[in-house]
Amino acid sequence: MLSVVLIIIAAIFFTGIIIRTKSLASGRKGPGILQPVHDVIRLFRKGVVYSETTSFIFQLAPSVYFASIIMAMLVVPFGRSGGVLGFNGDFIFFAYVLALGKFFSIIAAMDTGSSFEGMGASREALYSMFAEPAFFILMGSLALLSGHTSFQEIFAALHIGSQISYALAALATFVLLMISMIENSRMPVDDPKTHLELTMIHEVMILDNSGFDLGLILTGGYLKFAIYGALIVNLFIGVIPYEYAIPAFFGIQFLMAVTIGLIESFMARFRMSHNPQFIVALTSVSLLIFFGVLLILQKFM
Amino acid sequence: MHYLTIQNNQSVPVSEIPEISYNAFLVLNTGMMVENSGRHCANYFGYPEAGAIKLICCIADDEDHLIHLSSCVADTNMELASFTAKLPCFEKFEREIHENFGIHYTDHPWLKPVRFAYNRADSDKGIADYPFYSIDSEELHEVGVGPIHAGVIEPGHFRFICNGEQILHLEIQLGYQHRGIEKLFLEKDQLNQLSTLAENIAGDTTAGHTTAFVHAWESLCGFKTTRDIDFVRTLALELERIAVHTGDLSAVCTDIAYQLGSSVFGRLRTPIVNFMQEWCGNRLSKGLIRPGQNKFPFTQALANRLSEVLDIFETDFIEMNKELFDLPSALSRFERTGVVSTLDATSIGVVGMAARTCGMPRDIRMSHPHSLYPELNHEPVVKHHGDVYSRVQIRKHEVQQSILHIRNLISNLPDVHERVEMGKPRAGLFAISLVEGWRGEICHCAVTGQQGELIHYKIKDPSFHNWLALALAVRNNEISDFPVCNKSFNLSYCGHDL
Repeated sequence: MLSVVLIIIAAIFFTGIIIRTKSLASGRKGPGILQPVHDVIRLFRKGVVYSETTSFIFQLAPSVYFASIIMAMLVVPFGRSGGVLGFNGDFIFFAYVLALGKFFSIIAAMDTGSSFEGMGASREALYSMFAEPAFFILMGSLALLSGHTSFQEIFAALHIGSQISYALAALATFVLLMISMIENSRMPVDDPKTHLELTMIHEVMILDNSGFDLGLILTGGYLKFAIYGALIVNLFIGVIPYEYAIPAFFGIQFLMAVTIGLIESFMARFRMSHNPQFIVALTSVSLLIFFGVLLILQKFM
Repeated sequence: MHYLTIQNNQSVPVSEIPEISYNAFLVLNTGMMVENSGRHCANYFGYPEAGAIKLICCIADDEDHLIHLSSCVADTNMELASFTAKLPCFEKFEREIHENFGIHYTDHPWLKPVRFAYNRADSDKGIADYPFYSIDSEELHEVGVGPIHAGVIEPGHFRFICNGEQILHLEIQLGYQHRGIEKLFLEKDQLNQLSTLAENIAGDTTAGHTTAFVHAWESLCGFKTTRDIDFVRTLALELERIAVHTGDLSAVCTDIAYQLGSSVFGRLRTPIVNFMQEWCGNRLSKGLIRPGQNKFPFTQALANRLSEVLDIFETDFIEMNKELFDLPSALSRFERTGVVSTLDATSIGVVGMAARTCGMPRDIRMSHPHSLYPELNHEPVVKHHGDVYSRVQIRKHEVQQSILHIRNLISNLPDVHERVEMGKPRAGLFAISLVEGWRGEICHCAVTGQQGELIHYKIKDPSFHNWLALALAVRNNEISDFPVCNKSFNLSYCGHDL
């Protein structure tokens, strides 16, 4: 239960911190940290406009998308306290419940019949497909290392003791950070700020959504960031007491938001055709973790 | 000799332009361009005269600094062989003549109307039901963008034929901005109205188009400009170039999502346009250039201020460029993206900055110099790869070159002369004026009637040639790279649509 509360608190500030970092980096004052929250509150008060060419799928999708993120949030543990749900193989549930939400947002984009949204949907589907092996190899390696198959048991059993495990934690952080950038359609894969439909990925898929639905999608995005942040936190806190773990949680979330803000300020987006290469390269980093785990377990005889 | 040779900003009696048969006209003009690659078509247009259409073709020779004029009279219901079949660079000129006067070309490859002018010959065809080049394929798909632009800038419709993410073909339909500006030139009779019109042909090229207009007008009036007048125009053109190029660098950075470049270049444009405000009361230099007078003399105080502004500007500009051109993620977006081959560029008659990135030293400041350019000894910056990288780099170099020119200019301020009465345009003249705006060659042609009134005014913005270059540049590129290609050309919609 604790993890859900912490994730929601982190989600409130996360996107605001990214935007603020980018503003400061470009020499502007920028909007307040809570501006994204004000934006969704405003959207929640608005009605929804549906295109006449869309079917019930389009109306259903934002709710399914949002619900899938809430479901995924429930299995994320926090140190000693487990998630609301926790069972063997819950990390597989985590990945595929998020995929379900994404599937609905993809078919909703196709439902509008717009050529832009179709392009966005095909890009999103491709990148998610490439990102999937990286996540599973990473979690699989950690499961192998700890001998458990649920998030809470895996993270509780991770003891950062040897130098190799430090290296593994660093690599795992990198992979999770990058997966969260891809899943949230941030730089360097996607440019959330652009106004050009032809270069968008995620933004173009939600062009037709408005009002309450758009609010749900945006809120889902904020939560997703905090969820991935929580996974990274879990790599480090193990079973340390709450008085250290909770500040560490917010500290790491804050650092992650600032890092994303800095990446987005000081580099250009990848060429679209380089994105698959980049994402597949993540899988090879995951493989490195896998071999590290095999080394620790002394499977190489 | 079946043609008349004149220089830039010269006017000649219309009756002196040799009038020849259409076949001779075709052979002469296409022949002139084929035999010498240093020639290009500066303007080719028609106007109604005594129930028929008089066609005038102006071929500019970049090496001899001359312009060759020839003319021909055609009937609206005639079927003619097209220039385009021999030289693709006449493509849009002939489409325009076809649209305005209904002259039909038998072998023009794609005789579609250009801008759907309200006074077009065939008003049955509308902009909405224009047939686009289409495909009948299961694998390929069409993407239509516009006419409302995502950034709510100017309207234009882009129809892509794509194979997945790859663009196979792009057709650009413009005309949504058509205001009938050439017609307005004939209707307005006060000089101030005409100057204001010229300023608004393309809002980003105020100095360029206004200079072209005043040159044509002064030439019709037989007015000789004084040095201080020329000084102001040269300075305004170069400042406009710096401001727009810097703004473009910012926009290119925005399109590749490079925030630092976007905000720093955006900030750098401001002091330059603010200086224009200090000088003439308008950031886009509106109201600065007027025929036959120097309304805002450039004083020593202004010169000191400008040199201060440029010193600060240049340091930051160089530093930001170093950052940009050292950034691998930016270079990977620029290099080999949107390539226009030299062969394509030559055959479609690309002008200005876009031509100079394809290895062609095409620059009016050198080939047909006006104002104070002859004494600046301008040497065009030439790049050879024709990709986005070249078009970004040339902006950097041209800004630095313009700063040099400006420093040269303001080190020797001219004395302000008394205003001399200009008089009225003389009767029966043809005047041509070529100006190198920041985007490229601007050409204005004016014809006066029996009482010295304008009977035809023809404007050609560089975008008129260069839109086709954009359509060719994006072929085989990713569709997601289209915005950065488009921005690297930064062509004008209203300058094209008139």
